[in-house]
Amino acid sequence: MSDQMVEILITGIWETLYMTVFSTFFSYLFGIPIGVILYITDKKGICNNRIINFIVGVVVNIIRSVPFLILLVAILPFTRLIIGTTIGSTATIVPLVIAATPFVARMVESSLKEVDLGVIEAAKAMGSSSAQIIFKVLLPEAKPSLLVGCTISLATILSYSAMAGFVGGGGLGAIAINYGYYRYQGDIMWITVVLLVVIVQLFQETGLKLVSKVDKR
Amino acid sequence: MYRLENLNKEFVEKGSKVVAVRDVNLEIEKGKIFGIIGFSGAGKSTLVRCLNLLETPTSGKVIFNGKNLLEMSNAELRKSRQKIGMIFQSFNLLAQRNVVDNVCYPLEIAGVKKKEARKRALELLDMVGIQDKAGNYPSQLSGGQKQRVAIARALATNPDVLLCDEATSALDPITTTAILELLKEINQRLGVTIIIITHEMKVVEQICDNVAVMSEGVIVEQGLVKEIFVRPTSDITKKLVFNKAIDVADVKNKYLRIVFEGQSAFEPIISSLTLECNEMVNILGANTENICGKAYGQMVIELPQNPVSINRIKSYLDSKSIAYEEGGT
Repeated sequence: MSDQMVEILITGIWETLYMTVFSTFFSYLFGIPIGVILYITDKKGICNNRIINFIVGVVVNIIRSVPFLILLVAILPFTRLIIGTTIGSTATIVPLVIAATPFVARMVESSLKEVDLGVIEAAKAMGSSSAQIIFKVLLPEAKPSLLVGCTISLATILSYSAMAGFVGGGGLGAIAINYGYYRYQGDIMWITVVLLVVIVQLFQETGLKLVSKVDKR
Repeated sequence: MYRLENLNKEFVEKGSKVVAVRDVNLEIEKGKIFGIIGFSGAGKSTLVRCLNLLETPTSGKVIFNGKNLLEMSNAELRKSRQKIGMIFQSFNLLAQRNVVDNVCYPLEIAGVKKKEARKRALELLDMVGIQDKAGNYPSQLSGGQKQRVAIARALATNPDVLLCDEATSALDPITTTAILELLKEINQRLGVTIIIITHEMKVVEQICDNVAVMSEGVIVEQGLVKEIFVRPTSDITKKLVFNKAIDVADVKNKYLRIVFEGQSAFEPIISSLTLECNEMVNILGANTENICGKAYGQMVIELPQNPVSINRIKSYLDSKSIAYEEGGT
């Protein structure tokens, strides 16, 4: 393999990590509040509100049902508006965040559902406000489960980012398509696949190690 | 302290109405230990959850320290809740916080400074006897220890009242006794009113001053524990007091139910009775417990046919000031 190819692959790894980490960060930035809203407005939630719960739930489900490649193309104008271009790693972050946020919101919601209702009740009995329950009880108590969710989200977003290579995104996915698929360089394709597997493995292992360290149950 | 007026709580479950608490009127005095007893589904848990509005009553008044909780704003209610401690059957500690931080939680909510809160938390842990566990997490504690942390947490904000919702039901008998002793000590030392929900008569016997018996959402009987225990009037109370061990319905002859309310456990009452009265008695059933050297519980003995003998036995019990109740034909 030429030095040039090695360089391309290293750049690809960095681009993939860049897209995945930033997309995950922004997906959580938007996904946590949405997940919290879904949880607290639920029938048994602390701010039970059927209408908000229904509307947010439907929007989340609609975005989740759109296949990622179609979403990617459909929001190209929006991506151009925000980033100024539709090509490259940074531009890929926009559709990735939009696709992953509803997914993350549901992950967050299900993590919150694992929190013992008795604990929330006890917090209420001690005179906590709803905000105090969210920030001092719900989120801290759900922390280990949220971290597990985060490692799953990272792996999912990583595989989405590889898909973005088809329509001008960067990273290992783009390399696999441009060299492996269009130029029939099977070895490059396999190398990128192995690299992706290794990255997912690393995310998963570090994530789970972190969880077992954080979880006090 | 607490006054409940015409309290009702209805649930709508799958379209049908369930009345959990029906027209309850109750007065709970300051500094007392008040028991609310009943079988499962009697509505006692719902009732106690109405006391801090974890459940909102359908109608009626919940008057705490002279103010109706139902007429308060959210902020006022939260302030009042800081004066109403609560402990639960399942402890409900924060699993991701260690022991001392659990006790700090209500203080954080109340806006107490961190350093001060920590100091107070450690004092409370000392009082409940587990200061050495301050840095441990709840998962590392036994049930009894968890309940001690919960008690310390509930007392952190100096509440006027402590609500105990089946607080000892998940604990073994020895731990139960220890926790009840702790509650009694807290009541005496801090003057905190304690309201205990339970299905076990022995919990009421051991520490309560007053008791209300609940059945199907209604309070069927209430009064001093001594009186209710010695002379239960309603069928439910009788069932709770007699316990399954002694089925008096099967007794053909006259019987006497002797009640032990803390006499010395070391005194051989029945043996002395047979010797002094020179009468044979048949023990039909007994349900007694030795709690810290004191006897609690009851014993049912079959009486002889002869009225003179019966009187002799009764006057012997009177002379020892042991309460009893006569039954059977």
